[in-house]
Amino acid sequence: MPSNKSVSDAPISQFINCRILRGHTLQREDLWVRDGKILDPEKLFFDEQGFADRLVDCGGSIVAPGFIDVQINGGYGVDFSQPTEDVAAGVSLVAKKVLEHGVTSFCPTLVTSPPAVYHQVLPQVQVHDGGPDGAGVLGFHLEGPFISPEKKGAHPERYLRTFGSGGMEDLTEVYGGLDGVAMVTLAPELPHSQSVVRMLCQKGIAVSLGHSVANLSQAEDAVQHGASFITHLFNAMLPFHHRDPGIVGLLTSDRIPAGRTVFYGMIADGIHTNPAALRIAHRAHPAGLVLVTDAIAAMGLPPGRHPLGQQVIEIQGLHAYVSGTKTLSGSIATMDMCVRHFKQASGCSVEEALEAASLHPAQLLGISQKKGNLDYGADADLVLLDDALRVRTTYISGEEVWRKDA
Amino acid sequence: MRLVILDDYDLASEWAAKYIRNRIVEFKPSADRYFTLGLPTGSTPYGCYQKLIEFHRSGDLSFKYVKTFNMDEYVGLPRAHPESYHSYMWNNFFKHIDIDPANAHILDGNAEDLEAECSAYEQKIAAAGGIELFVGGIGPDGHIAFNEPGSSLVSRTRVKTLAKDTIVANARFFGNDLSKVPTMALTVGVGTVMDSKEVMILITGAHKAFALYKAIEEGVNHMWTVSAFQQHPHTIFVCDEDATLELRVKTVKYFKGLMHVHNKLVDPVLSIKDQ
Repeated sequence: MPSNKSVSDAPISQFINCRILRGHTLQREDLWVRDGKILDPEKLFFDEQGFADRLVDCGGSIVAPGFIDVQINGGYGVDFSQPTEDVAAGVSLVAKKVLEHGVTSFCPTLVTSPPAVYHQVLPQVQVHDGGPDGAGVLGFHLEGPFISPEKKGAHPERYLRTFGSGGMEDLTEVYGGLDGVAMVTLAPELPHSQSVVRMLCQKGIAVSLGHSVANLSQAEDAVQHGASFITHLFNAMLPFHHRDPGIVGLLTSDRIPAGRTVFYGMIADGIHTNPAALRIAHRAHPAGLVLVTDAIAAMGLPPGRHPLGQQVIEIQGLHAYVSGTKTLSGSIATMDMCVRHFKQASGCSVEEALEAASLHPAQLLGISQKKGNLDYGADADLVLLDDALRVRTTYISGEEVWRKDA
Repeated sequence: MRLVILDDYDLASEWAAKYIRNRIVEFKPSADRYFTLGLPTGSTPYGCYQKLIEFHRSGDLSFKYVKTFNMDEYVGLPRAHPESYHSYMWNNFFKHIDIDPANAHILDGNAEDLEAECSAYEQKIAAAGGIELFVGGIGPDGHIAFNEPGSSLVSRTRVKTLAKDTIVANARFFGNDLSKVPTMALTVGVGTVMDSKEVMILITGAHKAFALYKAIEEGVNHMWTVSAFQQHPHTIFVCDEDATLELRVKTVKYFKGLMHVHNKLVDPVLSIKDQ
């Protein structure tokens, strides 16, 4: 029992027989949790003369910070961009299911939609912590509609927009309010985008470049104004060209302001990006790689046709196409699949693969004091994995929320 | 004294750990009667701590009814600093065993009133009934704990300024930057250790050989404070071959010849499982 109770009465859990990801390496250390946060056991010992109330035997598992998915459009039949009466219920269903993939926080993503959809959907879901009912919601990721018609991908052209004057009115007219929005994807070559980028960054909303035909210079300008992410690198942007690398060139640009990192999303499902391209990006800028699923409503469902945004999608094996075309419309890979595929395709270390799904997205969103790592004081959102990086158990705030074969 | 000579560092560490284990198990400590153990830090006892942890993990040894008193701690070094003796003890020993945190005593080098901290420590030792077995090491300058050359042989727990030799020896833990090494420490006195029922000094490595020679083959001298234990009724020196390099052949032969007697202290090795 914690002895002198000088700090807290709350029970203390000690995760033993595990390897934890800390300091960018897997260490044979115990992990201590109290009040849903990672605890410093040395302080507990000397300051409070305390010790654990219960031991959790991890059976030799790897303990990593819970995965964070910053681009997920839905799953299990739920499409976040569908304006239903109870959007919150759909988000909750997905939030509960993704615990099986080790995801403990995510950004429900809306593809390009008419203003009515944003006005109806956004107010129904607030940022909230995860728990036994599902992963935490970090805020919406609004992918569109301020994107390039030439790189719309699966987004419906009729709802694409441009900036009128580059002021707040453009955003509020389309989105309604910006409460509960964590990230916006836009095309920086659109006129007046710079002031929009600045405004969003000032509000603490991450700006991502994507679905764009911007050249490197335009992309760099956007970064100067605060953009910090690239939406699914390589997809829906100009291909790398040695005389104008375009958005891809941000990975090695020398015009990134000091102290800032440009992160980039990678759909490592083995389909959206050729492994050789994945390796080029990873080797060029390993610290910026963020694994995203870009999962669509069909993720978790059997093959067939399903609605996504304002369109219909068709599943064929592991591929999801815009029905009647060969345009990829998103992936149905789960986050843990992406972690495994990324490690295998890039040859990276276990630590790097895990950080691409936890630490890097947390850094991108500016929440790395609380999420994405196992440092003292961070939220105890954990995923226990075997050596093949398959999820065994998921914890949120130190409580078990999913166990394989429970 | 007993001079126990093992072939190498690992064997010396193992012998010492087995001895401590047997002493604790034989004592049958309980809630009414704790085993009080004095403890050192540094590279010499590291192997011994590893072995004790092994014994605990195998279920043969428990520290539930053991109270520990460390010898020393730097002054002014933040407790969370990786080179503080609190960090050393936590990482290399306490976090791996079942000791009650309330029973693990280490001097607080960041106390407001250092002298009060030192006298309080003496009182804690007295309140615990004195030290049953004090384990220590030896510095290259022959010091026990931080009782540097010139320390009174009847000294008690107090603040000491570190000798140049000691600072140089410790620099390797501070990135070889002499300016980063603390210059003062709180330490138990020679008299404090002499008060314990039994003293066990671990000495390994050729660089300690001269100090061992001065400590046991020359007179009791406050310039080589470990020599004070020549006047303690129960002292054991556990060392490896290299540490004996400055001793007389006669001394080494005599004590090596006694190894069959010494080994009875660690063979059979006792376990709480058998109790």
